[in-house]
Amino acid sequence: MAYDPLVIRKDFPIFDRSIRDGKRLVYLDSGATSQKPAVVIDAESNFYRKHNAAAHRGAHQLAEEATEAIESAREVVANFLSGTVDEIVFTKHSTEALNLLAYSIGNSPVGNKFHLKAGDEIVVSEMEHHANLIPWQELAKRTGAVLKWFEVNPDGRLDLSNIDSVVTSRTKIVALTHQSNVLGTINPLAQLVKRTHDVGAIFILDACQSVPHMPVNVAALDIDFLVFSGHKAVGPTGVGVLWGRASLLAELPPFLFGGSMIESVTMTDATWASAPRKFEPGVPNMAQIVGLGTALNYLTDIGIQEIHNHEINITSYAISKLQEINELRIVGPTDMNLRGGAVSFTLGEIHPHDLGQFLDNSGVAVRTGHHCAWPLTRKMGVAATTRASFYLYNTLDDIDVLVDAVSDAQKYFA
Amino acid sequence: MQLDNLYQEVILDHYKHPQNKKLSANYDAQVHHVNPSCGDEIDLNLTIKDGIVSDISWDGVGCSISQASVSILTELLTGKKIDEAYLIFDQFVALMQSKGAVSGDEMVLEDAIALAGVSKYPARIKCALLGWMAFKDASVQAQAKSKLD
Ligand SMILES: Cc1ncc(COP(=O)(O)O)c(C=O)c1O
Repeated sequence: MAYDPLVIRKDFPIFDRSIRDGKRLVYLDSGATSQKPAVVIDAESNFYRKHNAAAHRGAHQLAEEATEAIESAREVVANFLSGTVDEIVFTKHSTEALNLLAYSIGNSPVGNKFHLKAGDEIVVSEMEHHANLIPWQELAKRTGAVLKWFEVNPDGRLDLSNIDSVVTSRTKIVALTHQSNVLGTINPLAQLVKRTHDVGAIFILDACQSVPHMPVNVAALDIDFLVFSGHKAVGPTGVGVLWGRASLLAELPPFLFGGSMIESVTMTDATWASAPRKFEPGVPNMAQIVGLGTALNYLTDIGIQEIHNHEINITSYAISKLQEINELRIVGPTDMNLRGGAVSFTLGEIHPHDLGQFLDNSGVAVRTGHHCAWPLTRKMGVAATTRASFYLYNTLDDIDVLVDAVSDAQKYFA
Repeated sequence: MQLDNLYQEVILDHYKHPQNKKLSANYDAQVHHVNPSCGDEIDLNLTIKDGIVSDISWDGVGCSISQASVSILTELLTGKKIDEAYLIFDQFVALMQSKGAVSGDEMVLEDAIALAGVSKYPARIKCALLGWMAFKDASVQAQAKSKLD
Protein backbone atom coordinates (compact mmCIF):
# COMPACT_ATOMS: atom_id res chain seq x y z
CA MET A 1 0.00 0.00 0.00
CA ALA A 2 1.31 3.43 -0.87
CA TYR A 3 2.44 5.60 2.02
CA ASP A 4 -0.30 8.10 2.83
CA PRO A 5 0.31 10.62 5.61
CA LEU A 6 -3.34 11.69 5.48
CA VAL A 7 -4.37 8.19 6.51
CA ILE A 8 -1.66 8.11 9.20
CA ARG A 9 -2.86 11.44 10.57
CA LYS A 10 -6.23 9.88 11.38
CA ASP A 11 -4.47 7.76 14.00
CA PHE A 12 -3.46 10.91 15.91
CA PRO A 13 -6.37 12.47 17.84
CA ILE A 14 -4.60 15.82 18.24
CA PHE A 15 -5.07 16.58 14.56
CA ASP A 16 -8.82 16.77 15.20
CA ARG A 17 -8.40 20.03 17.06
CA SER A 18 -7.78 23.44 15.58
CA ILE A 19 -5.31 26.15 16.52
CA ARG A 20 -5.61 29.91 17.10
CA ASP A 21 -9.24 30.42 16.12
CA GLY A 22 -9.99 27.63 13.74
CA LYS A 23 -6.74 27.10 11.89
CA ARG A 24 -5.57 23.67 10.87
CA LEU A 25 -2.73 22.40 13.04
CA VAL A 26 0.47 22.20 11.02
CA TYR A 27 2.74 20.50 13.50
CA LEU A 28 6.38 20.96 12.54
CA ASP A 29 7.95 20.46 15.96
CA SER A 30 8.34 16.69 16.17
CA GLY A 31 12.05 17.18 16.80
CA ALA A 32 11.06 18.53 20.22
CA THR A 33 8.37 15.95 20.81
CA SER A 34 6.16 13.89 18.54
CA GLN A 35 2.40 13.58 18.66
CA LYS A 36 0.85 10.32 19.91
CA PRO A 37 -1.43 7.91 18.08
CA ALA A 38 -4.59 6.74 19.84
CA VAL A 39 -3.13 3.23 20.27
CA VAL A 40 -0.37 4.65 22.47
CA ILE A 41 -2.72 6.80 24.53
CA ASP A 42 -4.97 3.75 24.97
CA ALA A 43 -2.11 1.44 25.89
CA GLU A 44 -1.06 3.80 28.64
CA SER A 45 -4.52 4.23 30.06
CA ASN A 46 -5.37 0.53 29.70
CA PHE A 47 -2.38 -0.33 31.81
CA TYR A 48 -3.83 1.76 34.63
CA ARG A 49 -7.34 0.47 34.00
CA LYS A 50 -6.56 -3.22 33.82
CA HIS A 51 -3.07 -4.26 34.86
CA ASN A 52 -1.74 -1.74 37.36
CA ALA A 53 0.54 -3.22 40.03
CA ALA A 54 4.22 -2.91 40.95
CA ALA A 55 6.08 -4.93 38.32
CA HIS A 56 8.65 -7.43 39.63
CA ARG A 57 7.37 -6.94 43.16
CA GLY A 58 4.03 -8.64 43.89
CA ALA A 59 2.80 -12.15 44.63
CA HIS A 60 -0.44 -11.66 42.75
CA GLN A 61 -1.94 -11.82 39.30
CA LEU A 62 -1.87 -8.08 38.66
CA ALA A 63 1.82 -7.92 39.49
CA GLU A 64 2.42 -10.78 37.10
CA GLU A 65 0.54 -8.97 34.37
CA ALA A 66 2.36 -5.70 35.01
CA THR A 67 5.70 -7.51 34.89
CA GLU A 68 4.72 -9.26 31.70
CA ALA A 69 3.61 -5.94 30.18
CA ILE A 70 6.87 -4.12 30.77
CA GLU A 71 9.03 -7.10 29.93
CA SER A 72 7.28 -7.58 26.62
CA ALA A 73 7.79 -3.87 25.93
CA ARG A 74 11.50 -4.46 26.61
CA GLU A 75 11.45 -7.18 23.99
CA VAL A 76 9.84 -4.83 21.49
CA VAL A 77 12.56 -2.23 22.10
CA ALA A 78 15.29 -4.86 21.80
CA ASN A 79 13.91 -6.05 18.48
CA PHE A 80 13.48 -2.50 17.23
CA LEU A 81 17.18 -1.82 17.79
CA SER A 82 18.38 -5.35 16.92
CA GLY A 83 19.77 -5.78 20.42
CA THR A 84 18.92 -8.34 23.09
CA VAL A 85 16.42 -8.02 25.94
CA ASP A 86 19.02 -7.81 28.71
CA GLU A 87 20.66 -4.91 26.95
CA ILE A 88 17.66 -2.60 27.30
CA VAL A 89 17.58 -0.28 30.34
CA PHE A 90 14.53 1.93 30.86
CA THR A 91 15.16 5.48 32.07
CA LYS A 92 13.02 8.62 32.23
CA HIS A 93 14.43 10.03 28.99
CA SER A 94 17.63 10.17 27.01
CA THR A 95 18.94 12.92 29.28
CA GLU A 96 18.73 10.55 32.23
CA ALA A 97 20.28 7.76 30.18
CA LEU A 98 23.29 9.95 29.31
CA ASN A 99 23.66 11.06 32.92
CA LEU A 100 23.42 7.43 33.99
CA LEU A 101 26.36 6.64 31.74
CA ALA A 102 28.38 9.64 32.89
CA TYR A 103 27.81 8.93 36.58
CA SER A 104 28.32 5.17 36.26
CA ILE A 105 31.57 5.73 34.40
CA GLY A 106 32.57 8.27 37.05
CA ASN A 107 31.88 5.64 39.75
CA SER A 108 34.09 3.04 38.11
CA PRO A 109 36.94 2.00 40.41
CA VAL A 110 40.56 1.57 39.40
CA GLY A 111 40.88 -1.64 37.42
CA ASN A 112 37.43 -1.33 35.89
CA LYS A 113 37.40 -0.91 32.11
CA PHE A 114 35.49 2.35 32.49
CA HIS A 115 37.73 3.94 35.12
CA LEU A 116 38.70 7.48 34.18
CA LYS A 117 41.81 9.21 35.44
CA ALA A 118 43.27 12.66 34.96
CA GLY A 119 44.55 13.06 31.43
CA ASP A 120 42.15 10.54 29.86
CA GLU A 121 40.10 12.07 27.08
CA ILE A 122 36.40 12.34 26.33
CA VAL A 123 35.38 13.34 22.81
CA VAL A 124 32.13 15.02 21.81
CA SER A 125 31.27 17.42 18.98
CA GLU A 126 30.15 21.01 18.59
CA MET A 127 26.75 19.84 17.36
CA GLU A 128 25.71 18.06 20.55
CA HIS A 129 22.45 18.76 22.33
CA HIS A 130 23.20 20.03 25.85
CA ALA A 131 22.09 16.60 27.09
CA ASN A 132 25.09 15.01 25.39
CA LEU A 133 27.51 17.78 26.28
CA ILE A 134 27.08 18.93 29.86
CA PRO A 135 27.16 15.45 31.50
CA TRP A 136 30.58 14.95 29.85
CA GLN A 137 31.80 18.43 30.78
CA GLU A 138 30.92 17.67 34.37
CA LEU A 139 32.41 14.19 34.29
CA ALA A 140 35.64 15.68 32.95
CA LYS A 141 35.67 18.19 35.81
CA ARG A 142 35.07 15.46 38.42
CA THR A 143 37.77 13.16 37.12
CA GLY A 144 40.38 15.48 35.63
CA ALA A 145 39.73 13.98 32.20
CA VAL A 146 40.09 16.28 29.19
CA LEU A 147 37.08 17.16 27.05
CA LYS A 148 37.83 17.38 23.32
CA TRP A 149 35.50 17.85 20.39
CA PHE A 150 35.02 17.66 16.66
CA GLU A 151 34.27 21.01 15.09
CA VAL A 152 31.42 21.74 12.71
CA ASN A 153 32.10 23.08 9.21
CA PRO A 154 30.16 26.04 7.79
CA ASP A 155 28.07 23.60 5.74
CA GLY A 156 26.89 21.94 8.95
CA ARG A 157 28.94 18.75 8.67
CA LEU A 158 31.42 17.45 11.22
CA ASP A 159 35.02 18.27 10.38
CA LEU A 160 36.67 14.85 10.47
CA SER A 161 39.89 15.95 8.77
CA ASN A 162 41.69 15.77 12.12
CA ILE A 163 40.00 12.62 13.39
CA ASP A 164 43.32 11.01 14.30
CA SER A 165 44.36 13.89 16.54
CA VAL A 166 40.92 14.26 18.15
CA VAL A 167 40.50 10.56 18.91
CA THR A 168 43.82 9.29 20.27
CA SER A 169 45.23 6.53 22.44
CA ARG A 170 44.26 8.67 25.46
CA THR A 171 40.58 8.71 24.40
CA LYS A 172 38.28 6.65 26.63
CA ILE A 173 34.86 7.82 25.46
CA VAL A 174 33.47 9.15 22.20
CA ALA A 175 29.91 10.44 22.61
CA LEU A 176 28.24 11.79 19.47
CA THR A 177 24.83 12.50 18.09
CA HIS A 178 23.56 10.38 15.22
CA GLN A 179 21.51 13.22 13.75
CA SER A 180 21.76 16.88 14.75
CA ASN A 181 18.49 18.18 16.18
CA VAL A 182 19.33 21.63 14.78
CA LEU A 183 21.03 21.04 11.43
CA GLY A 184 19.49 17.74 10.40
CA THR A 185 22.99 16.44 9.65
CA ILE A 186 23.40 12.68 9.93
CA ASN A 187 26.92 11.82 11.03
CA PRO A 188 29.00 9.20 9.16
CA LEU A 189 29.36 6.65 11.93
CA ALA A 190 31.39 3.90 10.31
CA GLN A 191 34.63 5.88 10.23
CA LEU A 192 34.06 7.31 13.71
CA VAL A 193 33.22 3.99 15.34
CA LYS A 194 36.20 2.30 13.70
CA ARG A 195 38.63 4.95 14.93
CA THR A 196 37.09 4.82 18.41
CA HIS A 197 37.55 1.07 18.64
CA ASP A 198 41.01 1.17 17.09
CA VAL A 199 42.18 3.26 20.06
CA GLY A 200 40.30 1.05 22.55
CA ALA A 201 37.62 3.63 23.51
CA ILE A 202 33.87 3.17 23.77
CA PHE A 203 31.35 4.76 21.40
CA ILE A 204 28.14 6.27 22.78
CA LEU A 205 25.44 7.29 20.32
CA ASP A 206 22.79 9.90 21.05
CA ALA A 207 20.08 8.48 18.81
CA CYS A 208 17.25 10.78 19.92
CA GLN A 209 16.81 12.13 16.42
CA SER A 210 17.54 8.92 14.52
CA VAL A 211 15.78 5.98 16.19
CA PRO A 212 12.33 7.54 15.65
CA HIS A 213 13.07 8.34 12.01
CA MET A 214 15.21 5.65 10.38
CA PRO A 215 16.27 2.05 10.84
CA VAL A 216 18.96 1.88 13.53
CA ASN A 217 20.67 -1.45 14.05
CA VAL A 218 23.09 -1.43 16.97
CA ALA A 219 24.85 -4.57 15.81
CA ALA A 220 25.43 -3.30 12.29
CA LEU A 221 26.63 0.06 13.61
CA ASP A 222 29.01 -1.75 15.99
CA ILE A 223 28.46 0.92 18.67
CA ASP A 224 28.73 0.33 22.43
CA PHE A 225 25.89 2.39 23.94
CA LEU A 226 22.85 4.15 22.52
CA VAL A 227 20.19 6.38 24.04
CA PHE A 228 16.85 7.68 22.83
CA SER A 229 13.66 9.18 24.25
CA GLY A 230 10.26 7.55 23.82
CA HIS A 231 8.39 10.81 23.46
CA LYS A 232 10.11 11.67 20.19
CA ALA A 233 9.10 8.28 18.74
CA VAL A 234 5.31 8.66 19.09
CA GLY A 235 5.64 7.19 22.59
CA PRO A 236 4.79 8.72 25.96
CA THR A 237 6.89 11.18 27.93
CA GLY A 238 8.63 9.77 30.99
CA VAL A 239 10.36 6.86 29.30
CA GLY A 240 13.76 6.72 27.67
CA VAL A 241 16.05 3.91 26.69
CA LEU A 242 19.67 3.08 27.28
CA TRP A 243 20.94 0.23 25.15
CA GLY A 244 24.38 -1.14 25.99
CA ARG A 245 26.42 -4.11 24.84
CA ALA A 246 25.76 -6.92 27.33
CA SER A 247 29.44 -7.34 28.20
CA LEU A 248 29.78 -3.63 28.91
CA LEU A 249 26.60 -3.33 30.97
CA ALA A 250 27.93 -6.22 33.05
CA GLU A 251 31.10 -4.31 33.89
CA LEU A 252 29.57 -0.86 34.34
CA PRO A 253 28.76 -0.03 37.98
CA PRO A 254 25.27 1.24 38.83
CA PHE A 255 24.43 4.92 39.31
CA LEU A 256 21.15 4.98 41.27
CA PHE A 257 20.76 2.67 44.25
CA GLY A 258 17.68 1.28 45.96
CA GLY A 259 14.95 -1.30 45.61
CA SER A 260 14.97 -4.03 42.99
CA MET A 261 18.47 -3.37 41.70
CA ILE A 262 20.14 -5.63 44.24
CA GLU A 263 21.18 -9.24 44.53
CA SER A 264 21.74 -9.29 48.29
CA VAL A 265 21.80 -6.69 51.06
CA THR A 266 23.18 -6.59 54.61
CA MET A 267 23.26 -3.65 57.03
CA THR A 268 26.65 -2.60 55.70
CA ASP A 269 26.83 -3.71 52.10
CA ALA A 270 24.99 -4.78 48.97
CA THR A 271 25.63 -6.58 45.71
CA TRP A 272 23.91 -5.87 42.44
CA ALA A 273 21.43 -7.68 40.28
CA SER A 274 22.58 -8.26 36.73
CA ALA A 275 21.79 -5.79 33.96
CA PRO A 276 19.33 -4.36 33.11
CA ARG A 277 17.88 -4.54 36.64
CA LYS A 278 21.02 -3.15 38.22
CA PHE A 279 20.29 0.15 36.48
CA GLU A 280 16.56 0.27 37.22
CA PRO A 281 16.01 0.95 40.91
CA GLY A 282 12.58 2.14 42.01
CA VAL A 283 9.21 1.29 40.54
CA PRO A 284 9.59 2.24 36.88
CA ASN A 285 7.25 4.39 34.75
CA MET A 286 5.32 1.25 33.84
CA ALA A 287 2.42 2.69 31.86
CA GLN A 288 4.87 4.76 29.83
CA ILE A 289 7.10 1.76 29.16
CA VAL A 290 4.05 -0.15 27.94
CA GLY A 291 3.10 2.85 25.79
CA LEU A 292 6.59 2.92 24.28
CA GLY A 293 6.30 -0.76 23.30
CA THR A 294 3.02 0.04 21.55
CA ALA A 295 4.58 3.08 19.88
CA LEU A 296 7.48 1.12 18.41
CA ASN A 297 5.11 -1.58 17.20
CA TYR A 298 3.05 1.14 15.57
CA LEU A 299 6.13 2.50 13.76
CA THR A 300 7.14 -1.01 12.73
CA ASP A 301 3.69 -1.71 11.29
CA ILE A 302 3.99 1.36 9.09
CA GLY A 303 7.64 0.60 8.36
CA ILE A 304 10.51 2.67 9.71
CA GLN A 305 12.23 2.68 6.31
CA GLU A 306 9.00 3.90 4.71
CA ILE A 307 8.77 6.65 7.32
CA HIS A 308 12.36 7.64 6.58
CA ASN A 309 11.71 7.76 2.84
CA HIS A 310 8.66 9.89 3.42
CA GLU A 311 10.65 12.33 5.56
CA ILE A 312 13.35 12.55 2.91
CA ASN A 313 10.71 13.50 0.33
CA ILE A 314 9.20 16.14 2.55
CA THR A 315 12.56 17.53 3.60
CA SER A 316 13.93 17.90 0.10
CA TYR A 317 10.70 19.61 -0.95
CA ALA A 318 10.89 21.93 2.07
CA ILE A 319 14.52 22.84 1.43
CA SER A 320 13.92 23.65 -2.23
CA LYS A 321 10.80 25.73 -1.45
CA LEU A 322 12.38 27.58 1.47
CA GLN A 323 15.45 28.42 -0.59
CA GLU A 324 13.24 30.30 -3.03
CA ILE A 325 12.46 32.83 -0.30
CA ASN A 326 14.57 35.97 -0.47
CA GLU A 327 16.91 36.42 2.51
CA LEU A 328 16.15 32.97 3.91
CA ARG A 329 19.30 31.15 4.94
CA ILE A 330 19.24 27.48 5.77
CA VAL A 331 21.53 26.69 8.68
CA GLY A 332 22.69 23.16 7.92
CA PRO A 333 23.23 20.99 4.86
CA THR A 334 21.09 21.75 1.81
CA ASP A 335 21.85 18.49 0.02
CA MET A 336 19.97 15.37 1.03
CA ASN A 337 23.03 13.16 1.38
CA LEU A 338 23.18 11.98 5.03
CA ARG A 339 20.48 14.39 6.07
CA GLY A 340 17.27 14.01 8.06
CA GLY A 341 14.08 15.95 8.58
CA ALA A 342 15.05 18.94 10.72
CA VAL A 343 15.50 22.22 8.86
CA SER A 344 16.76 25.32 10.67
CA PHE A 345 16.83 28.71 9.06
CA THR A 346 17.09 32.45 9.56
CA LEU A 347 15.08 35.07 7.71
CA GLY A 348 16.94 38.31 7.14
CA GLU A 349 16.76 40.52 10.20
CA ILE A 350 13.53 39.00 11.48
CA HIS A 351 14.09 37.48 14.89
CA PRO A 352 13.11 33.79 15.11
CA HIS A 353 10.88 34.48 18.09
CA ASP A 354 8.85 36.94 16.04
CA LEU A 355 8.76 34.60 13.08
CA GLY A 356 7.67 31.71 15.31
CA GLN A 357 4.89 33.85 16.75
CA PHE A 358 3.68 34.77 13.29
CA LEU A 359 3.76 31.15 12.14
CA ASP A 360 1.84 30.11 15.24
CA ASN A 361 -0.81 32.62 14.31
CA SER A 362 -1.11 30.74 10.99
CA GLY A 363 -1.46 27.40 12.79
CA VAL A 364 2.15 26.38 12.14
CA ALA A 365 4.02 25.02 15.17
CA VAL A 366 7.81 25.40 14.98
CA ARG A 367 10.56 25.81 17.51
CA THR A 368 12.76 28.90 17.79
CA GLY A 369 15.91 29.66 19.74
CA HIS A 370 19.13 27.73 20.19
CA HIS A 371 17.39 24.34 20.50
CA CYS A 372 19.46 23.27 23.52
CA ALA A 373 22.59 23.42 21.38
CA TRP A 374 23.92 26.85 22.23
CA PRO A 375 27.57 26.25 21.25
CA LEU A 376 26.37 25.08 17.84
CA THR A 377 24.18 28.09 17.05
CA ARG A 378 27.07 30.31 18.15
CA LYS A 379 29.43 28.39 15.87
CA MET A 380 27.03 28.77 12.95
CA GLY A 381 27.17 32.53 13.52
CA VAL A 382 23.55 33.05 14.51
CA ALA A 383 21.90 34.04 17.80
CA ALA A 384 18.96 31.75 17.19
CA THR A 385 17.16 29.92 14.40
CA THR A 386 13.67 28.82 13.47
CA ARG A 387 13.41 25.07 13.11
CA ALA A 388 10.83 23.04 11.25
CA SER A 389 11.06 19.31 11.93
CA PHE A 390 9.08 16.64 10.14
CA TYR A 391 7.62 13.25 10.91
CA LEU A 392 5.42 10.51 9.56
CA TYR A 393 2.21 12.54 9.68
CA ASN A 394 3.45 15.63 7.82
CA THR A 395 2.39 16.35 4.26
CA LEU A 396 3.66 18.38 1.34
CA ASP A 397 0.69 20.63 2.03
CA ASP A 398 2.12 21.30 5.51
CA ILE A 399 5.26 22.56 3.81
CA ASP A 400 3.26 24.81 1.50
CA VAL A 401 1.47 26.32 4.50
CA LEU A 402 4.84 26.88 6.18
CA VAL A 403 6.41 28.48 3.14
CA ASP A 404 3.44 30.78 2.53
CA ALA A 405 3.38 31.83 6.18
CA VAL A 406 7.12 32.57 6.14
CA SER A 407 6.62 34.80 3.09
CA ASP A 408 3.71 36.56 4.78
CA ALA A 409 5.80 37.12 7.91
CA GLN A 410 8.41 38.80 5.76
CA LYS A 411 5.82 41.29 4.56
CA TYR A 412 4.38 41.78 8.05
CA PHE A 413 7.70 42.65 9.67
CA ALA A 414 9.13 44.52 6.65
CA MET B 1 -5.49 39.97 12.48
CA GLN B 2 -5.30 38.59 16.03
CA LEU B 3 -1.56 39.08 15.96
CA ASP B 4 -1.98 42.85 15.68
CA ASN B 5 -2.94 42.91 19.37
CA LEU B 6 0.56 41.73 20.09
CA TYR B 7 2.46 43.64 17.45
CA GLN B 8 1.01 47.12 17.93
CA GLU B 9 2.31 49.90 15.66
CA VAL B 10 4.15 51.46 18.59
CA ILE B 11 6.06 48.23 19.15
CA LEU B 12 7.05 47.78 15.53
CA ASP B 13 8.08 51.46 15.43
CA HIS B 14 10.34 51.13 18.43
CA TYR B 15 11.71 47.87 17.02
CA LYS B 16 12.63 49.50 13.73
CA HIS B 17 13.85 52.72 15.36
CA PRO B 18 15.14 51.77 18.81
CA GLN B 19 15.73 54.67 21.19
CA ASN B 20 18.90 55.14 23.26
CA LYS B 21 20.44 52.03 21.71
CA LYS B 22 24.03 53.13 22.13
CA LEU B 23 25.85 52.52 25.37
CA SER B 24 26.85 55.78 27.13
CA ALA B 25 30.49 56.05 28.08
CA ASN B 26 29.65 57.21 31.61
CA TYR B 27 27.38 55.31 33.97
CA ASP B 28 26.86 54.37 37.60
CA ALA B 29 26.00 50.78 36.85
CA GLN B 30 26.32 48.45 33.89
CA VAL B 31 24.51 45.11 33.67
CA HIS B 32 24.31 42.25 31.20
CA HIS B 33 21.17 40.11 31.12
CA VAL B 34 20.28 37.10 28.99
CA ASN B 35 17.13 35.17 28.29
CA PRO B 36 18.45 31.60 28.36
CA SER B 37 15.43 30.14 26.60
CA CYS B 38 15.97 32.13 23.40
CA GLY B 39 19.50 33.50 23.70
CA ASP B 40 18.51 37.18 23.72
CA GLU B 41 21.04 39.45 25.40
CA ILE B 42 21.11 43.02 26.62
CA ASP B 43 23.71 45.39 28.07
CA LEU B 44 22.27 48.35 29.95
CA ASN B 45 24.04 51.39 31.40
CA LEU B 46 22.31 53.52 34.00
CA THR B 47 23.04 56.82 35.71
CA ILE B 48 21.02 58.05 38.71
CA LYS B 49 21.70 61.66 39.77
CA ASP B 50 20.20 63.13 42.94
CA GLY B 51 17.55 60.42 43.08
CA ILE B 52 16.55 60.93 39.45
CA VAL B 53 17.10 58.53 36.58
CA SER B 54 19.24 60.71 34.40
CA ASP B 55 20.47 58.35 31.69
CA ILE B 56 19.59 54.87 30.42
CA SER B 57 21.38 53.46 27.40
CA TRP B 58 21.55 49.95 26.06
CA ASP B 59 22.65 47.58 23.35
CA GLY B 60 21.58 44.07 22.57
CA VAL B 61 20.07 41.46 20.31
CA GLY B 62 16.59 40.14 20.58
CA CYS B 63 13.11 39.89 19.19
CA SER B 64 10.87 42.86 18.44
CA ILE B 65 9.13 42.54 21.80
CA SER B 66 12.31 42.63 23.87
CA GLN B 67 13.89 45.40 21.78
CA ALA B 68 10.79 47.58 21.70
CA SER B 69 10.15 47.07 25.38
CA VAL B 70 13.57 48.32 26.47
CA SER B 71 13.43 51.16 23.95
CA ILE B 72 10.09 52.27 25.44
CA LEU B 73 11.49 51.89 28.95
CA THR B 74 14.35 54.28 28.27
CA GLU B 75 11.96 57.00 27.11
CA LEU B 76 9.50 56.37 29.89
CA LEU B 77 11.83 56.24 32.87
CA THR B 78 14.51 58.78 31.99
CA GLY B 79 13.93 61.94 34.05
CA LYS B 80 11.72 60.17 36.60
CA LYS B 81 12.46 60.05 40.33
CA ILE B 82 13.67 56.58 41.20
CA ASP B 83 10.62 55.92 43.42
CA GLU B 84 8.35 56.91 40.58
CA ALA B 85 10.31 54.67 38.22
CA TYR B 86 9.77 51.75 40.59
CA LEU B 87 6.02 52.41 40.68
CA ILE B 88 5.93 52.28 36.89
CA PHE B 89 8.10 49.16 36.97
CA ASP B 90 5.68 47.44 39.37
CA GLN B 91 2.68 48.34 37.25
CA PHE B 92 4.37 47.10 34.11
CA VAL B 93 5.33 43.78 35.69
CA ALA B 94 1.78 43.37 37.03
CA LEU B 95 0.41 44.07 33.56
CA MET B 96 2.70 41.48 32.00
CA GLN B 97 1.69 38.84 34.53
CA SER B 98 -2.03 39.57 34.28
CA LYS B 99 -2.87 37.02 31.52
CA GLY B 100 -4.88 39.77 29.86
CA ALA B 101 -7.07 40.43 32.93
CA VAL B 102 -5.67 43.92 33.54
CA SER B 103 -5.62 46.63 30.91
CA GLY B 104 -3.06 48.92 32.59
CA ASP B 105 -3.12 52.64 33.33
CA GLU B 106 -2.10 54.55 30.26
CA MET B 107 -1.46 57.71 32.31
CA VAL B 108 1.29 55.82 34.11
CA LEU B 109 2.57 53.42 31.47
CA GLU B 110 2.28 55.67 28.41
CA ASP B 111 3.75 53.87 25.36
CA ALA B 112 4.44 50.77 27.44
CA ILE B 113 0.70 50.15 27.42
CA ALA B 114 1.20 48.92 23.85
CA LEU B 115 2.84 45.82 25.32
CA ALA B 116 -0.38 44.78 27.10
CA GLY B 117 -1.06 42.16 24.42
CA VAL B 118 2.09 40.30 25.45
CA SER B 119 0.42 39.12 28.65
CA LYS B 120 -1.72 36.74 26.61
CA TYR B 121 1.37 35.01 25.21
CA PRO B 122 3.11 33.43 28.20
CA ALA B 123 6.23 32.56 26.21
CA ARG B 124 6.79 36.23 25.37
CA ILE B 125 6.51 37.76 28.85
CA LYS B 126 10.19 37.11 29.52
CA CYS B 127 11.03 38.94 26.28
CA ALA B 128 9.08 42.01 27.36
CA LEU B 129 10.64 41.94 30.82
CA LEU B 130 14.28 41.42 29.78
CA GLY B 131 15.15 45.14 29.66
CA TRP B 132 13.02 45.95 32.69
CA MET B 133 14.77 43.38 34.84
CA ALA B 134 18.10 44.71 33.62
CA PHE B 135 16.98 48.23 34.64
CA LYS B 136 15.92 47.04 38.10
CA ASP B 137 19.20 45.25 38.62
CA ALA B 138 21.22 48.26 37.44
CA SER B 139 19.21 50.65 39.62
CA VAL B 140 19.93 48.60 42.73
CA GLN B 141 23.63 48.58 41.90
CA ALA B 142 23.68 52.28 41.08
CA GLN B 143 22.01 53.19 44.38
CA ALA B 144 24.32 50.93 46.35
CA LYS B 145 27.21 52.69 44.69
CA SER B 146 25.89 56.18 45.46
CA LYS B 147 25.57 55.19 49.15
CA LEU B 148 29.23 54.24 49.14
CA ASP B 149 30.34 57.45 47.41
C1 LIG C 1 19.84 15.06 19.85
C2 LIG C 1 19.11 15.14 21.15
N1 LIG C 1 19.67 14.63 22.27
C3 LIG C 1 19.06 14.67 23.45
C4 LIG C 1 17.82 15.23 23.60
C5 LIG C 1 17.19 15.26 24.96
O1 LIG C 1 16.00 14.52 24.98
P1 LIG C 1 15.13 14.44 26.31
O2 LIG C 1 14.80 15.84 26.67
O3 LIG C 1 13.93 13.65 25.92
O4 LIG C 1 15.96 13.75 27.33
C6 LIG C 1 17.20 15.77 22.49
C7 LIG C 1 15.87 16.43 22.61
O5 LIG C 1 15.63 17.50 22.06
C8 LIG C 1 17.85 15.72 21.25
O6 LIG C 1 17.28 16.23 20.14
